[in-house]
Amino acid sequence: MASQIFSAIFVIIVGVGGCVAYFWGANKLVDLIFPSRGVAGAAAIDNLRRQGLIRPWLFVGPAMIILTIYLIYPVVETLRLSFLDRGGANFVGFANYEWAFGDREFRNSILNNIIWLAVVPAACTFLGLIIAVLTDKIWWGTIAKSLIFLPLAISFVGASVIWKFIYEYRGEGQTQIGILNAIIQHFGGQPQVWISLPFWNNFFLMIILIWIQTGFAMVILSSALRGIPEETLEAAVIDGANPFQIFWKIMVPQIWGTIAVVWTTITILVLKVFDIVLTMTNGQWNSQVLANLMFDWMFRGGGDFGRGATIAIIIMIAVIPIMVWNIRQANKETGGH
Amino acid sequence: MAVATGNSFASRFGVHIAVLVFVAIWTIPTLGILVSSLRVKDQIIASGWWNSFSSSTQTEAGRLPAASTQVEKDGKFVLQGNIFGDGAARNISAFGVKSASPTQYPAGSVADLGDGVTLQLNADGSFVMASPKAFEGDRGQRVYYASSAPPKFTTDNYKTVLFSEGIGRSFMNSLTVTIPATVIPILIAAFAAYALAWMRFPGRALLIAVIIGLLVVPLQMSLIPLLKLYNGVGSFFGVPSKTYLGIWLAHTGFGLPFAIYLLRSYIAGLPREIMESARIDGASDFEIFVKIVLPLSFPVLASFAIFQFLWVWNDLLVAMVFLGTEADQIVLTAKLNALLGSRGGDWEILTTSAFVTIIVPLIVFFSLQRYFVRGLLAGSVKGG
Repeated sequence: MASQIFSAIFVIIVGVGGCVAYFWGANKLVDLIFPSRGVAGAAAIDNLRRQGLIRPWLFVGPAMIILTIYLIYPVVETLRLSFLDRGGANFVGFANYEWAFGDREFRNSILNNIIWLAVVPAACTFLGLIIAVLTDKIWWGTIAKSLIFLPLAISFVGASVIWKFIYEYRGEGQTQIGILNAIIQHFGGQPQVWISLPFWNNFFLMIILIWIQTGFAMVILSSALRGIPEETLEAAVIDGANPFQIFWKIMVPQIWGTIAVVWTTITILVLKVFDIVLTMTNGQWNSQVLANLMFDWMFRGGGDFGRGATIAIIIMIAVIPIMVWNIRQANKETGGH
Repeated sequence: MAVATGNSFASRFGVHIAVLVFVAIWTIPTLGILVSSLRVKDQIIASGWWNSFSSSTQTEAGRLPAASTQVEKDGKFVLQGNIFGDGAARNISAFGVKSASPTQYPAGSVADLGDGVTLQLNADGSFVMASPKAFEGDRGQRVYYASSAPPKFTTDNYKTVLFSEGIGRSFMNSLTVTIPATVIPILIAAFAAYALAWMRFPGRALLIAVIIGLLVVPLQMSLIPLLKLYNGVGSFFGVPSKTYLGIWLAHTGFGLPFAIYLLRSYIAGLPREIMESARIDGASDFEIFVKIVLPLSFPVLASFAIFQFLWVWNDLLVAMVFLGTEADQIVLTAKLNALLGSRGGDWEILTTSAFVTIIVPLIVFFSLQRYFVRGLLAGSVKGG
């Protein structure tokens, strides 16, 4: 273990030192090859121009190399693998895609993912908005927001343990140590094994993600609400609008852009949701989702890379509209810069 | 934003109650595992954690001693002793001899078991069983009783998980993964961000678009090719394919788009005059970056560092693909996942382990919340 700590410290020093050495050294090298100081006017200008051509690439170079290896190449390779067989040796055309849409588990995952997509972003945004509005009105709102925000720092696995404990089931009549079944039993209901109730278990898993992500929506929306010009609200009050009208007709329309951002961010997260399903049910009892199914196929029976890659591509296809929208928005913003 | 809505007492009161309910729902789950992690195993099973401050009542079964220990007294055969043996501080409220009615008799009363046999079980566990005939057999009478134990809190669970369940080792592994994976991307991203914000070169707009696109590429797209690549590199050089170096680089790669995006939007917002006056003074881009941009960017660097730290610490997927499951590599999240499988019902182990895994993020979160929120706002309001 001591050697492990030592090697971690060593990596930090080598990594940071290496970065510094690279940037400093590369920069020096450019200065040496194309000197701009101490040479005659025309040559200096010429060299400055050359420096200007090279230096940006020295700055972005390391990032581009890493991005290429870790993200750009894999995207292309995954697409290629999705047309190959399990070992990646033979071309099989669209066979993996045909398999996917004929596979019961895959179709179940698609259905579940659609339910997740319909419920989680909406619930987080809605709850986040409500809490943001309410906490704005009370003196201890900041503390309340902090506490609701807190689950965002907790890992999905940790959150799964937390909620598994809430859903814990004991036979009827026994002392329930899971708070949900305890409440149900207290009011005379029948305790349930929540995470293995087909179909409904999806919602019990979604609650975990909603619990984590509502704080995110709340913080972003809260800051957007603060940006609403006060005159618009005052005018509405003078015109005799009630709180609900003010909320729906004055406040919400002014923060549509932010709501869209929160919604899409959580949507992407939902498409990638993996840890919660793996730790809670591992896809049993019809609770499978695409990301977990993909992970499963990476290793199932020694791993089927063709099918795994196909499922990854399906997730990617779902993300593409959001990606295009993001790039367009960013282009609009940076257009002038 | 000061809205003149609901100035009446009732509606203000309603707001307080509503927020209180939300806060309760959001904090009770975490509180549950914190409290449970401090309870002794027997009590976790016996009562809900919300009852942990009152005595827990549980129904247990015991057996009286065998006939060989009987003594004859006043013409009766008597068995005497304490059912707890060790004299543990527990309080019996009722007892019985049939499993169907384990609490038939209140503690201290004399139960008539038929044929003149009587049994008296006191609250402290002492019992007297008497019979006109000699007891026989080498198995004593079965007794059921409801006992309550005073609330008992302990830190033993933490000792257990840290030192014998391997959580302590995993904690070190998580730190080993997280710290380099947080530090390495920062400098690489900062240089790229500066170039994308303040240097003019062909293809810059395209690069920015690519990075914004990469922000949302699902991790799943990278897993299989990188797994193959790592296996290939490993077998080519004859080294293991699952190494810390591998996961450091992987986290660096996955964190870079967000890092560059976040830093670029901040650095692009720095005042142009500072850059230009420095340039007129003859400073090169490198000098401007190191002497002006880096120090001014401290808040956003801190924001990114916190994000990356939390993301890497909390990650399960990347760790499961790129690291082994042996004690020397398994990180906290993966260990917790493994414990969920192997120690399914042992809540004292699970709650304690879970709390150990979330304590570092919680500390980071509470101490640096300001930077965290700032990063969140900068990172999402504008785009991805």
